[in-house]
Amino acid sequence: MPYETELPAHDFPPVPGHTHARVLDSDGIPVITTSGLTKVYRSRGREVIALDGVDLHVREGEVYGVIGQSGAGKSSLIRCVNLLERPTAGTVTVAGQDLTALAGRGPRAGKELRQARSRIGMVFQHFNLLSSRTVQDNVELPLEILGKSGQERSRKALELLDLVGLADKAKAYPAQLSGGQKQRVGIARALAGDPKVLLSDEATSALDPETTRSILQLLRDLNRQLGLTVLLITHEMDVVKSICDSAALMENGRIVESGTVSELLATPGSELASALFPVSGETSADDRTVVDVTFHGEAATQPVISQLSRTYNIDISILGAAIDTVGGLQVGRMRIELPGRYEDNVVPIGFLREQGLQIDVLGQEPVLLKEGAQL
Amino acid sequence: MTWSEMQPLLEQACWDTLYMVGWSTLIAVVGGLPLGILLVLTDRGGLLQNVLANKVIGQIVNVARSMPFIILMVALMSFTRWVTGTTIGREAAIVPLAIGAIPFFARLVETAVREVDGGLVEAVQSMGGNTWTVVRKVLVPESLPSVIASTTTTIVALIGYSAMAGTVGAGGLGDIAIRYGFQRFETELMWITVAILAVVISLIQSAGDYAARSLHRRGGQSGPAPKLRLLKASTATSKTV
Repeated sequence: MPYETELPAHDFPPVPGHTHARVLDSDGIPVITTSGLTKVYRSRGREVIALDGVDLHVREGEVYGVIGQSGAGKSSLIRCVNLLERPTAGTVTVAGQDLTALAGRGPRAGKELRQARSRIGMVFQHFNLLSSRTVQDNVELPLEILGKSGQERSRKALELLDLVGLADKAKAYPAQLSGGQKQRVGIARALAGDPKVLLSDEATSALDPETTRSILQLLRDLNRQLGLTVLLITHEMDVVKSICDSAALMENGRIVESGTVSELLATPGSELASALFPVSGETSADDRTVVDVTFHGEAATQPVISQLSRTYNIDISILGAAIDTVGGLQVGRMRIELPGRYEDNVVPIGFLREQGLQIDVLGQEPVLLKEGAQL
Repeated sequence: MTWSEMQPLLEQACWDTLYMVGWSTLIAVVGGLPLGILLVLTDRGGLLQNVLANKVIGQIVNVARSMPFIILMVALMSFTRWVTGTTIGREAAIVPLAIGAIPFFARLVETAVREVDGGLVEAVQSMGGNTWTVVRKVLVPESLPSVIASTTTTIVALIGYSAMAGTVGAGGLGDIAIRYGFQRFETELMWITVAILAVVISLIQSAGDYAARSLHRRGGQSGPAPKLRLLKASTATSKTV
């Protein structure tokens, strides 16, 4: 078995044995790094631990999704990244700058921290646009804070509104816009300070599915065109699926799993991977072998299934599949059925393994996959 | 009393009332607006959290708010003399009127500012704005429709208070109504005064409502118009203490 021991996400530094898939991306420069990030809320003598030693590494130019249920600590996490909330312990580094060191002791943000914040864009679930200002004036607000001249402000604002496709709404008021349009304004505003990093706090959670898709597409485009690094938090798996290069799963203030989508797929028993690429399907008869094939990396570009069928002259049924193109690579899982028992299929399975695919034979291996447990 | 006798009296009274109310409103807004904002900022969880300062300001506002105006006027006499050099006349009445109205207006502003969405504050902070930016760019402009409605309420309340200013010889419509209408049985004049007061108050209220609503509507929302408040405006804010 090519399995590695599963890495508990909160272990730090990384266990050397886990580097096999990370090699692909290890050249990426970390833009956001948190280490040992802890946030404890105290109210009326009770302590609530929102973040419990979170280590996060977001590489330059990637879209990183943190997913978790409400109360898992996602919101605290993203607010600690630009120090809207002060972490109780741990450090936050954004673009090489240790923000926690800039924060100082008092509750108020000093000048240096405020300057650092102006280089981090943020979009919000409820858009947070000023109702008393026009769309253009809303986008100009961060530029006013940066002390730009009126001419420069309006030029930049119109340019950004054009970028998000709302050039014609510059003079409208937020209340006259739809939810999706409001979020576009929010995104334009977040980009006004030319940030390297965009934080997205459930940016699509208040939107309908159709609008969600268009907003995610916009974020993806901006990520590609501007080389913008995006850290987003969400409770919707679809968001991670459609735009994220990397993802982390949060539970009870901890990151339980994290990595690039292919890394996650390569991790046996990964909850995120099985949620992102759910495969199901029962075997049709007893004398069949059911195999889960996981595609990630180079092997995914080869037509392996038809090669297998031709080489060994066997009929293959596909029971279920979840394949997606993530970051230009096909990744996903497929559950196939081969005729005959496992003993009869050792050679074809060996062929698949040789192609560099991860193969899990249901009912044969030490049961690691969740689906395997059901059979 | 003939109309030609009444006319100059009423004219003078109207001007006196407007003069007193105008100046005291101006002072109340200038003093009450920062005070109201400060009450929100220093509160627990506020941007300038300072529990002690909040308690002290809150207590001063409460005491001043609950003081009957006629007593405040008498109690402030030495202060009034220090400021204006006299304790009688229009100028002297402005001092207690303004001081009575500042805490009143401050409480109304506090309520209005509290209603501003905390997310907007967070957004401005995330852009690198400081507390002053938050006040200037978010708290004041976003609460402006409510603050304007509060100003209307304050003006109406001040017209009510100004009637008592007659007791320090400040004139005004209330003074006319008491001295001529009540003490000299010039019932006709009293009713005319009442009518003028009613007209003035409704005009001010409508103008305030219109201003508040048009600001609101700029945002496309058709919120309910601020309700006409009665002269005795104490009930409107007592809950915010």
